[in-house]
Amino acid sequence: MTTPVKRDKPWLMRTYSGHSSAKASNELYRTNLSKGQTGLSVAFDLPTQTGYDADHPLARGEVGKVGVPIGNISDMAALFDQIPLGQMNTSMTINAPAAWLLALYVAVAERQGATPAQLQGTTQNDILKEYLSRGTYIFPPQPSVRLITDIIAYTVKHIPKWNPTNICSYHLQEAGATPTQELAYALSTAIAILDAVRDSGQIGAEGFEQVVGRISFFVNAGIRFIEETCKMRAFGEMWDQLAAQRYGAQNEEMRRFRYGVQVNSLGLTEAQPENNVQRIVLEMLGVALSKNARARALQLPAWNEALGLPRPWDQQWALRMQQVLAFETDLLEYGDIFDGSPVIAAKVKSLVDGATAEMARVQEQGGMVPAIESGYVKRQLVTSHTARMRAIERGDLKIVGLNCYRETEVSPLTGGVDSGIMKVDPRAEREQIERLNAFRAQRNTTEVKAALANLAETARSGANIMPASILCAHAGVTTGEWSQTLRDIFGEYRAPTGIDIPANDDSRSARAVAIRTQVIQTGEELGRPLRLLIGKPGLDGHSNGAEQIAVKGRDVGFEIVYEGIRLTPEQIAKAALEEGVHLIGLSVLSGSHVEMVEDVFNYLEQAGLKNLPVVIGGIIPESDAVLLKARGIAAVYTPKDIDMNGIMVDILNLIRKHHDLPPVAAI
Amino acid sequence: MTRLALPDPAALALAVSARDRLALAQALNLLDDRRPAARQCAATFLDALPAEKQASGGHLIGITGPPGAGKSSLTATLIQVWRRRGLKVAILAVDPSSPISGGALLGDRLRMHASGADREVFIRSLACRGEFGGLSAEVWPMSLAMLAAFDIVLVETVGVGQKEIDVSKMTDTTCFVAQPASGDSIQFLKAGIMEIPHVIVVNKEDIGMAARKTLSELKTTLGRRTDSDGWQAPALSASAALGSGIEALADALDRHRHWLLERGQFTVRRHRCQAEWLVKHLREEFGRHGINRLGGEQVLFAELAHAPRRSPIAAYEELRARILPNP
Ligand code: B12
Ligand SMILES: Nc1nc2c(ncn2[C@@H]2O[C@H](COP(=O)(O)OP(=O)(O)OP(=O)(O)O)[C@@H](O)[C@H]2O)c(=O)[nH]1
Ligand SMILES: [Mg+2]
Repeated sequence: MTTPVKRDKPWLMRTYSGHSSAKASNELYRTNLSKGQTGLSVAFDLPTQTGYDADHPLARGEVGKVGVPIGNISDMAALFDQIPLGQMNTSMTINAPAAWLLALYVAVAERQGATPAQLQGTTQNDILKEYLSRGTYIFPPQPSVRLITDIIAYTVKHIPKWNPTNICSYHLQEAGATPTQELAYALSTAIAILDAVRDSGQIGAEGFEQVVGRISFFVNAGIRFIEETCKMRAFGEMWDQLAAQRYGAQNEEMRRFRYGVQVNSLGLTEAQPENNVQRIVLEMLGVALSKNARARALQLPAWNEALGLPRPWDQQWALRMQQVLAFETDLLEYGDIFDGSPVIAAKVKSLVDGATAEMARVQEQGGMVPAIESGYVKRQLVTSHTARMRAIERGDLKIVGLNCYRETEVSPLTGGVDSGIMKVDPRAEREQIERLNAFRAQRNTTEVKAALANLAETARSGANIMPASILCAHAGVTTGEWSQTLRDIFGEYRAPTGIDIPANDDSRSARAVAIRTQVIQTGEELGRPLRLLIGKPGLDGHSNGAEQIAVKGRDVGFEIVYEGIRLTPEQIAKAALEEGVHLIGLSVLSGSHVEMVEDVFNYLEQAGLKNLPVVIGGIIPESDAVLLKARGIAAVYTPKDIDMNGIMVDILNLIRKHHDLPPVAAI
Repeated sequence: MTRLALPDPAALALAVSARDRLALAQALNLLDDRRPAARQCAATFLDALPAEKQASGGHLIGITGPPGAGKSSLTATLIQVWRRRGLKVAILAVDPSSPISGGALLGDRLRMHASGADREVFIRSLACRGEFGGLSAEVWPMSLAMLAAFDIVLVETVGVGQKEIDVSKMTDTTCFVAQPASGDSIQFLKAGIMEIPHVIVVNKEDIGMAARKTLSELKTTLGRRTDSDGWQAPALSASAALGSGIEALADALDRHRHWLLERGQFTVRRHRCQAEWLVKHLREEFGRHGINRLGGEQVLFAELAHAPRRSPIAAYEELRARILPNP
């Protein structure tokens, strides 16, 4: 060791976390920071993300489960207790109510004595991808774009170090997007948003470069890490051009593609979950190796991603992966190691060309918003995901431990009393409701009413929503009240499901044809074509599984009723009755399956459909599967069940059994 | 081997008339059931429904138009208006089925979802299973069952052009939803390829210019033309997205119903609907040859206009028996 080598500064290291209550999450954050994490990444629970208070009927079973419940300023203050917001860098994964959560953050910072100008962090605030993948949208696209625009315009003026929107391609890959689609749709979204900011007139032409410079991205990194490296370089090139050409950004700094990453989770398996560690590390390389296209911030999932929520130890392991790469290896000592590589350059070019062509198709349709409204983009994603699923099913896309090399020793990781996952305290929901009631009891209702009236007036007038929201935060308005006020004015929306795609080649495979013959035959025996209702109860937005089952069901000859995400159990029972379905298939990944099944069964009984067969799929721990079956669920499917044709045969046989018909022979 | 125990048709008819939701669902399943025993049961069931409802009760509305014009979205907003007026609404939403698998994705329900958990709204989707133009053969019998329990029955079908607008022949009132900036419907109307609907509405007026232009073109094309009964179709403008023009649309639909009633045409038209259904169904099964065996279309329609009222299934079986060579 002679002279110390100059090393680059590492990226921001975060862990996406939050659970149970603001207090519990605050403790977790402070422990994480003490372990060397350099920023915070807040996961909110689904009621907060969809704008409901903890005591709303739709929140049942979801409070504090997949994130922290934030219902008002006192929750927000507890979340950041002893964490000086003037110095912290906080990323908040919040979209439809982003303006509200940012308002609460600003209000708490003010109470801590920090000025808005000091605040650093990110609101995800990309509502367009919510319609395509993430599912926590509330309002129709137009008012959603307006909310995004308001946050951008406000922060550029008042919280200049804030990243007001994180345009996401991450979630598109999680919904099946190819790298080309990720590039094309994220950049098309950026165009839609920047055009809207420009057209809103809130920022003059001279300040617009500043706006362009504040746009950041949230990208995915999958297992094909060379291609992913190239995708990041392609993003950089395309963004630079777009910023310069479409928005006239002259300053190179303002055209820099700034992005954070969460590596791919869709490919992480329930089978042999220890293999996920290798996957996560390799995926991290894709966004770290190329200095000129390196992520600014990184968060990694945990090895037990497909089993359930991670425990603090699992998250620590993920953080340590980043630290080993940043501090033990020599990665940060070099310039860009890919510059000048013809192989890389060619791959980047092909990605740029593909994405440019797809972006042109989107523009031809009037841009990203119309292309979302018409269902075009969603159909493209479902098509890609269907192709991926079929490739896994056939074995063409190899996933070690899942569809090849399946023999395994017993894993010591998943033993343990907690079966290797985090269980949220079942009292969390009740306690949160109690806190909410106490909060409501002590606030000044006149002030609250005035603040909400002012919010409504602002929403109608078209003025910037932020100042009115910050007033609401101080006045003691709740998340549910803020959202309901806007729901009443903007209306609510249901996004296209994208499942109306042409049949895939596999639906002509011998096995699919054989199943179809049996499905049709059984329909004839029972007098009419077989019908399935695919239902997504509760606030859960994970639609991939339901979409894939729906498309597959159609392809093997079932009639499918699928109304998209976020139905109440009552609506599901109602649809089952009205549509005369032969079987209900529920899909729940958010962890609220026990409550949802209970409610669906109750409503079915009320409707006179007590005996209708019901199956469920999703993230369902083994012990819960036993419980659900005892309550009457006919079958439970989890991510390891990749034989979709097999699932269809099961469903067919369950229907046959229900009607006293013998099962069909194995297909 | 019958596995589905068939319901008691008389009891079922009673329950449906008493607006029992489960009974209506079972009745619709029965009307969808192709097994011979079920068909017989269905015929008895239909015959047991109150005759006056079938002849003159409720309002049976067809809504049609090109794919994506906003039929389902408009229906969702119409449902809200009708519910506010205290009317109970049933919907039959017809979707095309996959030509390859025979399976189907029934997607209209999603857009009509705003009705949430309202028990006075009943939505049944139907896959148009290839054989019956844009319409599914079950639509007419199912409409009759729904009319026994609901004030308004609305049938949504995809279509523009002659064949697919057949829904207009099997409803009291037909509403055509035009897509702004698409000249198709105007061309079809001009060329007389498309029968004139009773109400035309240009949806998506929120997008502005294109919608206004389409509306004025439609108005020009329609001119003072009337349908064969002498009704002059209004051309309206609306937006399902904004909820604008919906009250006016509901009023226009209702005006046509009144118009038929005032002229004593309402029951005649219902009768005619059934005759249309019978003839269309026979044509599907036996071709022109079959119709000719019954004396040709004109004779057949004349006969049906005077025939005593029977349930469509029973009437069909009777005609069918006359075409089929005696055993
Ligand atoms: C992809 C994904 C997402 C995507 C979803 C995209 C989409 N539109 O679906 C995105 C990125 C948007 C996302 C977001 C979130 N996610 Co997520 N996500 C996943 C992930 C990685 C894969 C799920 C998936 O799509 N798999 C592919 C499909 C095809 O598989 P599947 O759904 O399991 O379906 C198969 C079977 O289960 C079965 N099946 C499923 N449904 C049905 C239905 C029927 C009728 C039948 C017969 C069979 C069946 O058949 C399918 C074929 O094999 C899982 C972890 C994992 N690896 O499983 C986490 C996971 C489900 N997510 C999780 C969380 C917490 C979230 C968030 C709530 C985080 C937050 N706080 O904001 C958000 C919000 C989402 C929301 N609105 O609800 C947790 C849930 C925790 C829990 N249950 O305790 C998981 C388990 C990750 C984790 N360990 O933390 N997620
Ligand atoms: N701008 C605008 N869009 C609308 C309006 N009504 C419907 N849409 C959109 O048009 C698309 C199609 O709407 P649907 O109601 O499903 O149309 P449809 O005619 O029932 O479609 P199909 O049943 O598939 O033929 C959706 O993306 C709607 O959001 C409207 O009034 N204005
Ligand atoms: Mg429709």
